[in-house]
Formats: sequence, C-alpha cells, structure tokens
Amino acid sequence: MFTEIDIATMDEPAADSVPPQPWRTNKRIKGKPVNGTKKSCDTRAEWVNHIKRIRDAQDQAAFAELFQHFAPRVKAFLIRSGSDATTAEECAQEVMATLWHKAHLFDPSRATVATWVFTIARNKRIDVIRKQRRPEPEELDWGPEAEPEQDDVIALQQETAQLRTAILALPEAQRELIEKAYFGDLSHREIASQTGLPLGTIKSRIRLALDRLRHAMN
Amino acid sequence: MSKSIKHHLTDDLLMAYAAGNLPEAFDLMVATHLSLCDHCRARAESFEAVGGQVLEDQAQTAQMGSDALAATMALISQGAPTPKPAHKKCAVLPAPLQDYVGGDVNDIRWRPVGMGVKQAILPTTNEATARLLFIPAGAAVPDHSHRGIEMTMVLQGAFSDEVDHFARGDVEIADQDLEHMPVADISEDCICLAVTDAPLKFTKLMPRLFQPFLRI
Ligand SMILES: [Zn+2]
Repeated sequence: MFTEIDIATMDEPAADSVPPQPWRTNKRIKGKPVNGTKKSCDTRAEWVNHIKRIRDAQDQAAFAELFQHFAPRVKAFLIRSGSDATTAEECAQEVMATLWHKAHLFDPSRATVATWVFTIARNKRIDVIRKQRRPEPEELDWGPEAEPEQDDVIALQQETAQLRTAILALPEAQRELIEKAYFGDLSHREIASQTGLPLGTIKSRIRLALDRLRHAMN
Repeated sequence: MSKSIKHHLTDDLLMAYAAGNLPEAFDLMVATHLSLCDHCRARAESFEAVGGQVLEDQAQTAQMGSDALAATMALISQGAPTPKPAHKKCAVLPAPLQDYVGGDVNDIRWRPVGMGVKQAILPTTNEATARLLFIPAGAAVPDHSHRGIEMTMVLQGAFSDEVDHFARGDVEIADQDLEHMPVADISEDCICLAVTDAPLKFTKLMPRLFQPFLRI
C-alpha cells in the first residue's frame, strides 16, 4: 500500500512553531502564495511514510510527530465547528487514536494524510457534535496482497499540493466561504455553487486510482 | 459497481457530504450512490481534498494539553474498537443501506401504502426522511409534487417518469417544480431509496388519502 518517497530536502515537520497562515494573515501577490508551498508539499509526502511506519512497525516516534502536527489542527477544527475546548481536546485524542488503528486503510494514491485526517475529524464532529450517524460508502482497500503504484502515490501528493496553491490564489471572500463550509458554518443550501474550485485534475487522478484498485480487487 | 449510471449527484450535494453538512438521510443517499458509482466517489474524494487543505491551513491551531500524547497512547493501548461485522454481498442493498436495514433485502420490514406499493422508513434524524420504496412491476407511484427536495435512487428494476428512464444507481433529483408520476418497468419489481427534506404533497384527491401512511 505504501510507497517510499525519498525527500532529501525534507525539513522536520514543524512541531510547536506557528505554521504559516497564508489564508488570512499574509498579503499575497495574486496567484502566488508567499509561504513555502514547496516545503509544505514535501511535508505532506513525508507524512505518508509516517503512516506506513505506524502500520508496519507500530512506530511511536512517527506517531508523536504526526500528533504534534495534526492534533492541534484537529482540535482547532473542532472548536471552530462549535465544540467546547474540553470536548475538542478529547475528540482530537480519539481522532489521533483512530489514525493509529486504521493506518492499514489509508490509501495514499487517493488522499494525502491531511485529507485523511480531515475525514476522520469530520466524522468525529458529526458523531459528537451533531449526534448523528455517518453513513460511509462501501469500503475499498488494497488488502494485504496488492499496493498502489508508486507513481500514482507521488502524482496524487503533488497534485494535492497544486490544489492548495490554486485555493490560495482564489479571492479572499471565496476562500472564506469554502473554509466556512468545511467548518460546518454553512448549511448545504448555503454552499450551493461555491465551486469554481479547480478540482478537475485531482478528480481524474483519484478516478484513475479507483480504476486500478477495482482492477486489483477483481 | 455499475458502469451504466446516467444520472449522478450534483456538486453541491457532494461538497456538502464531504464537508459533513447534510442531514443524515441525505448522507445515506450519497453514501449509497458512491458505493455504486466511482465517478461520483472520485468527485466526493476531491472535495475531501479541499477539506484537507482547510484543516492544514487554519489560521490558528489549538494547543493540546501537556499530557495529551500520553493520554492518546493509553487510548491506543486499549485496542481498536471492534470492527463492524462484514457485509454480505447483496445484489440490491449496498453496504451503507445494509447497516440501516440491519440485514439484506430479505430483512426489509415493508409496510403496504396502497396499490401494491410498499415502503420501509429507515431510522435517521428527522431533519429529512429516508425510506425504501417497493413498486410492483408496471405499477405507478401516486402523482405528487414536493415542497422540498426529493431524491430517488434505483436499487432494483427501473422506472420512468416525465423526465427520463432510471435504472440501478441512477438518481432522480426532484424539487417543487416537478410534478411527476414514476412508473416501474414491467420486467421487474422496482426497489428505490427515496429521501425527502419536506413532506410530499399529493396532487390528486385519491392519493392524498395515502399521505398519512407515507409518513415523511
Ligand atoms: Zn454518480
């Protein structure tokens, strides 16, 4: 399932430092994010190997690094979504524990680690804050026999980095609407047509990965 | 996986599903369709990628408690939650629907609503209603219009109405402007998942009598 991605220039994932906040605080030149997208892209790819180390070796050091990066983001996400701080803290811990337990289900040819963490955090929000069940599509996984192609994994990770660049280049007002939608601040009626999101490339990439997965499953 | 699906979900619905903003009954509709349609699954997962960016690039993060990592490791050491029992292969009900029915197509608890049509309401939050509909081959569902949105997805057989022909996996999205009368194909009994966010409004006097039974 996992693929080694060699990142010679990899910085250690920032643990306690405040991350760049390009969505809000920085003056941007149109179409050109100011803060190191390159580094962020590399960080993203690095996390794939962290998940692999957890899956294959129950690597607690890898988990600790993931925790330092993602747990404060999950907690902030839950607070923004209407949770109190105590609940958000507990839920962020549960989300991170889920990441450990489900490491074998992560498919890096279809999602980055950030995307995967988002889906777990979102489901936790629906469960705990909205108090409803979350129906999920039939699970598709590579199983113990097959793995995604390394090229597919790299391409997906890179294209997600490009998606990020494109989102950062959107007008401020539109980015805020998108953010609100994902924090649950807008109902589904209100987010109608908040697209204009450049999703064509990544959608085709995921579709290709699904085709390969279906082929491997049959 | 059906390759012949013609009628898909809208971007708005897929984005709202990815963002986690839909009433449970609509989540069930989307999850059921995605189980049959890789085209829409890829679209939904691309909207999830946007969620990943939002999570990653929040203006502020929230500091975790000093013992949070240790507490999480303790949580992990309690072991993984027991996995849900594996779903049976069922030619009619995809996995998410099996969860709501509590079994396969033979376990659906149908209730007659008249003229051979049967329904089974599924247990979701009451912002919106999900139900399975059974329409005998060749039969019609009473002529009705809608106050809100009604989505109907075919699971078995097929139906036609004023708009088009709908087969397994196809979703018809009807709003208040559409007054329609779906008729099941003659070849096979039709089973559908129908989701509404407001009560149905029947347009003829006779079918109105059935409305109390078609609880929405
Ligand atoms: Zn579709």
